[in-house]
Amino acid sequence: MRWGFNVVKDKDLSKHALLEIDDLSVSFRTDRGMVQAVDSVSLVVNAGETLAIVGESGSGKSVTALSILRLLADSGQIDRGTISFDGQNLAELNEDEIRAIRGNRIAMIFQEPMSSLNPVLTIGSQVAEPIQIHRGLSKKEARVQVAELLARVSIPDAELRLDDYPHHFSGGMRQRVMIAMALACQPKLIIADEPTTALDVTVQAQILALLKNVTKEENSGLILITHDLGVVARYANKVAVMYAGRIVETASAIDLYKNPQHPYTKGLMESIPGLEGEAGNRLSSIKGQPPNLDNLPTGCAFAPRCNYTSDRCLQSKPALEAIADNHLRACFGYE
Amino acid sequence: MSESTMTLREEALNGIQDKTLEDSQKKSPQYLLSVDNLKVHFPITEGFIRKKQVGSIKAVDGVSLDIKPGETFGLVGESGCGKSTTALALLRMQEATAGTILFEGEDITHYKGDQLRNIRHKIQMVYQDPYSSLDPRMKVLDLIGEPLIVHDLTKSKAEYQSRVRELMDLVGLLPEMIDRYPHEFSGGQRQRIGIARALALEPKLLICDEPVSALDVSIQAQVVNLLMDLQERLGLTYLFIAHDLSVVRHISTRVAVMYLGKIVEIASRDELFSDPKHPYTKALLDAVPLPDPELEASRGEKLIVGEVPSVRNPPPGCRFHPRCEQATAQCSERAPELVTLGSTRQVSCHLYD
Repeated sequence: MRWGFNVVKDKDLSKHALLEIDDLSVSFRTDRGMVQAVDSVSLVVNAGETLAIVGESGSGKSVTALSILRLLADSGQIDRGTISFDGQNLAELNEDEIRAIRGNRIAMIFQEPMSSLNPVLTIGSQVAEPIQIHRGLSKKEARVQVAELLARVSIPDAELRLDDYPHHFSGGMRQRVMIAMALACQPKLIIADEPTTALDVTVQAQILALLKNVTKEENSGLILITHDLGVVARYANKVAVMYAGRIVETASAIDLYKNPQHPYTKGLMESIPGLEGEAGNRLSSIKGQPPNLDNLPTGCAFAPRCNYTSDRCLQSKPALEAIADNHLRACFGYE
Repeated sequence: MSESTMTLREEALNGIQDKTLEDSQKKSPQYLLSVDNLKVHFPITEGFIRKKQVGSIKAVDGVSLDIKPGETFGLVGESGCGKSTTALALLRMQEATAGTILFEGEDITHYKGDQLRNIRHKIQMVYQDPYSSLDPRMKVLDLIGEPLIVHDLTKSKAEYQSRVRELMDLVGLLPEMIDRYPHEFSGGQRQRIGIARALALEPKLLICDEPVSALDVSIQAQVVNLLMDLQERLGLTYLFIAHDLSVVRHISTRVAVMYLGKIVEIASRDELFSDPKHPYTKALLDAVPLPDPELEASRGEKLIVGEVPSVRNPPPGCRFHPRCEQATAQCSERAPELVTLGSTRQVSCHLYD
């Protein structure tokens, strides 16, 4: 309860908070000592809502997602914080308990459809796995359901393709299979980590529309992790912008794009060229290089790249505070 | 029926006239690079001991384009459309199966040995991945300076060092970092090293193959700006290959769209983005999500169906027809020619025959 995120929480009490992350910190052991990848992150996802977590490489967006399902590598650990889902604190569950949730009530879709399917198992058996494990269906029963699932994600001739192997499918089709697998147990929350980064732009649009539709039908929550601000604008209701392991700004998508408040968010928005308007001029860019997590400054991590840095920014880290309804930023302010 | 065949024939004849007109223009040094009907086919073989060719992958199948000195020519398309293979063929790193490549009016298609070396002097490439394209065991000094040694352009060690420092300064790297290794640099800085290396020989044409797509969003703008500054200062010509349409729009003067080995549309930047003609160009533009939620909500979702088919077995006729909403019977039978529309646009679609 350290951040002003309570403001959002109170407002949203009428809605059903599906997932609530409070003050989550995650660190990794490395050769150069402990590195803090996620620092005091608080988030709320409601049913039927799409939350986008935006950030660049090393911003902690994927680690946050992996922590929810406790999929961190052995060198990683949750230092503090709670992850409340359905009355349980996921951060404290043991391996068996979290396994009952993984792929069942919370499903995850990964970036690489090429490498996240097992190449030596048929598509049918891979999609059937979560149903057999969590629902206890027989092979035969599961097979019928799998065919339905594949048809639902628009794989043509689904029944005929159950015995095909992943290499028979194109990248977009494999990502559809991943979505079918995620949907298998009708999860309440789907976490999609850069689900379309490896795909072509025309296929990306198809996959994201599919994901959006299925979550709408099921009234489940969706956490969309991406670096693409266009994708966020098209599909997200709420956005959290991360930088160097911390959330620097969070707001509704419309608010964030119309009225970005953190210098980093502003800088990002201004640096992307659009498809309309003036072209050929110099883009406004954020100076400097992305931060190095094992050598972060004492104060605000963005201070070395910020145009408004003051002494205060160099000395202490700004807290995430409300500046308007449902709009929070971690910045000491600037003129 | 007979009337329509007449007009078709007439138009075909006109097309030929247009083409000869263009051909005569090409001979003048109006173009820095002129590519005519370039084909790159890879054989598909079967059998282990006695390999026999059973087919071919037509990665690039009849690409024609002209690049004027000083312009930035954008080449866009999805994976497998042949844009990178085209780049490799232009650099002569990949042998062309057919077609001609004229550089400053010289036919370089079959150059070998010293002639080829001289051409490489003038055409250089910036690669996509700044992580794997730099040798991790070489210092920046040699990464940037290697081309000078290969082409025997440096007389003394001091001169070599000072030239590399100059290049580092040019691309916005601190010359003090000359003795560092690639792992000490971030992605954006590595891409600057790649650009400095490409500039070492003072090329006229720089082929940039997805130069910013591996970089973080906040760094992309820095590199795009650098490329634009360098072009202004050094009078460079760019062939800018990318799949990110907004970056291509920003930097290019003219843009060609490729689909399965063929160019479907070439137009000036403004024409292509404000009034796309080819259904594929339209679909591509519609698929790009814009960074504005309100605009996105009003835009509605026009989804293109299906995926890019395999190059190994492309659809007959127009290669885009299975995914095209406006396809008619002739689209599956006959491949459309690239026809000139207006003064600066070429489209390959039966809608504009």
